Amino acid sequence: MPKLTINGREVEVPAGTNLIEAARALGVEVPHYCYHPGLSIAGQCRLCMVDIEKTPRPTIACNTLAADGMVVLTETERVKETRRSIMEFHLINHPLDCPVCDQAGECWLQIYYMRHGLYDPRMTDEKVHKPKAVPLGPHVILDAERCILCSRCVRFCDEVTGTGELGIFHRGDQSEIGLFPGQELANKYSANVVDICPVGALTERDFRFAVRVWYLDVTKSVCPGCARGCNVEVHVNRRRPHHNEGRRVARLKPRFNADVNKWWICDAGRYGFKAVDDKTRLREPFRREAGTVTDASWDEAIAAVAGALERYAPDEVGVLASPRMANEDLFALRRVLERRGIRRVAFRVPPAVDGDQDEILIRADKNPNARGAELLGLDGDAAALLAAARARQVKCLWIFDHDLLASAWPEALVLGALGAVETLVWVGANANATSERAHWVLPAAAWVEREGTYTNFEGRVQRLRQAVEPLGQALPEWEILGRVLEALGAGARPPRAERWFRELAAATPAFAGLSYQAIGDGGQMVRA
Amino acid sequence: MRALQRFYLVEVLSGVALTAAHFFRNMGRHAAHALGKKDARGAVTIQYPDERRPYSPRLRTLHRLVRREDGSPRCVACMMCETVCPAHCIYIVAAEHPNPEIEKVPARFDIDVGKCVFCGYCVEACPEDAIRMDTGILEFSSYTRGGMIYTKEALLALEPAGPDGHPRSPIPIPADRTP
Ligand code: SF4
Ligand code: SF4
Ligand code: SF4
Ligand code: SF4
Repeated sequence: MPKLTINGREVEVPAGTNLIEAARALGVEVPHYCYHPGLSIAGQCRLCMVDIEKTPRPTIACNTLAADGMVVLTETERVKETRRSIMEFHLINHPLDCPVCDQAGECWLQIYYMRHGLYDPRMTDEKVHKPKAVPLGPHVILDAERCILCSRCVRFCDEVTGTGELGIFHRGDQSEIGLFPGQELANKYSANVVDICPVGALTERDFRFAVRVWYLDVTKSVCPGCARGCNVEVHVNRRRPHHNEGRRVARLKPRFNADVNKWWICDAGRYGFKAVDDKTRLREPFRREAGTVTDASWDEAIAAVAGALERYAPDEVGVLASPRMANEDLFALRRVLERRGIRRVAFRVPPAVDGDQDEILIRADKNPNARGAELLGLDGDAAALLAAARARQVKCLWIFDHDLLASAWPEALVLGALGAVETLVWVGANANATSERAHWVLPAAAWVEREGTYTNFEGRVQRLRQAVEPLGQALPEWEILGRVLEALGAGARPPRAERWFRELAAATPAFAGLSYQAIGDGGQMVRA
Repeated sequence: MRALQRFYLVEVLSGVALTAAHFFRNMGRHAAHALGKKDARGAVTIQYPDERRPYSPRLRTLHRLVRREDGSPRCVACMMCETVCPAHCIYIVAAEHPNPEIEKVPARFDIDVGKCVFCGYCVEACPEDAIRMDTGILEFSSYTRGGMIYTKEALLALEPAGPDGHPRSPIPIPADRTP
């Protein structure tokens, strides 16, 4: 392992580490645009110049490997002057339309100019004009004038997705980013180019002019879009409710996790947050009798559910849990089932269309927590449960989140089962065709409104965190189930998701030794 | 002196004497002025609102949105003013402009003058010189809070004050609305 000195401090790094990463290990930032740890090295922007002892000229740090005894200086006058000159070069044809640019506030051109540039422009020539506001695909829009030709987006499409839609065309100051003829930037990971574009050349169409980035608050969470469980940041706008038509969640951004998703997320996951501020969100518990809906209080609703569980024999109750519920919810559900001795439980409802899967991130199972539901022992035969309901053996059916009418099951069979049960209780965040038929509907908090953990397909337990308050009276499922447990006489319920998890870890061998603290930001594996 | 001040009549008479002195001095000056002695100037009452004192050119008065040549707002909805405003009284909603050279325009631009503290930060912050506080309009009042909200259309219709600092636009009567 080479040992080198950077700004007077010694550091030992694995062989093959470049100087940007070696400096990062010491907490020293070397400004750069084109270098990205997930992509090949282009050496294109020339911003990452550093001084190396016994080297006559400043050298680019991204393409220089750390060597034993190397002495590197990142803040000499010569390096600073080089950075200033290179940024002046980048900005020669830059339109500087920060006021209308969605990147403003998180733009590396702005940040490095404020930190290192601060020169007065010397160019008097007319700037070269290029196409503006050009949609490249369903999610990405290009402003070719703002591009600094770092080629990160091109390398992403070549190296990560292998789809190669983008290229740099023409020469000199006419060079511009564009699509190959007949192509569209429509691969399943296309919006990642927006994250890696250091400037505002590539921006999101969905987020366009929605909210200024400095109004956003950031919460670390996990994408609920498939069994991979990519780590994300949830960006919410609480400060200016008149923006973005009042929608609170403004966007999702990938969060680096070397073991799960690296730097990326797929587009389906990125834009999967729309249900959170959707019109279908349920806000109050209500009951439906002979087609008329009456609002109910939580106390009434909990009493009704607990009453039904007690009224029917354990064998007459069927529970359809959801692999979209968090581990805490599923564990609380298991407690309820154990308390009443209910055996008919399942969670797998076949989707109407098979999910797509690829070698990069996307998993065919579009549920974030099927593995957790398996480990908690809730895996029963859902089709048999439905058949029992149709045969009137199950009189009380309790469904979480699922829309059975949007599943692969034939509609007639589902309607037969739903129509046959005496009491249909439905818990979930967004109304659907199944909740339309329920006798009791209990509103659950959406995944960004609550704490909890998901277990991904590999068995990694990861935390989701609360980013916004629940809408209306919605409650997390663990709280709803805790109240039901209390109504069934089980004693005081755990008051927080973390306490539920502690009980879960103590009671389930696969989760033994895990805690929110141990899970941290990167997640922890369950015991195989 | 202190002992004398305790007598009611003494104080009343001295007050009357002071007022009377001003009255007769001003009457003499006004009479002299009317008779042609132009440098004799008596105290005057300004007949507000028909007459106004001259305003300082730096006076911050009701905002206006500057127009482009075609009458559309110069504002590009960058939200700088909305961000800097300490009273949080600017509400902007951005929209796409058909011309990609302009790109962004405000679909809505409301100022709640009832909350504004007239600091002028919005004018300072604007990178487009699209908002100014130079209308000379100081009279805005309403029977409701909602009536203090000035919309984009109202703000765009305003003209800068004249050279004497007096308003050239009629005072807009805002529609009663909620933010
Ligand atoms: S890319 Fe950065 S510097 Fe360029 S206009 Fe956008 S915010 Fe400003
Ligand atoms: S569009 Fe962005 S990522 Fe692509 S080359 Fe230009 S600056 Fe780099
Ligand atoms: S003058 Fe000050 S308080 Fe009033 S709108 Fe402008 S920034 Fe806000
Ligand atoms: S600062 Fe100027 S351009 Fe920006 S939103 Fe306000 S008025 Fe419009």
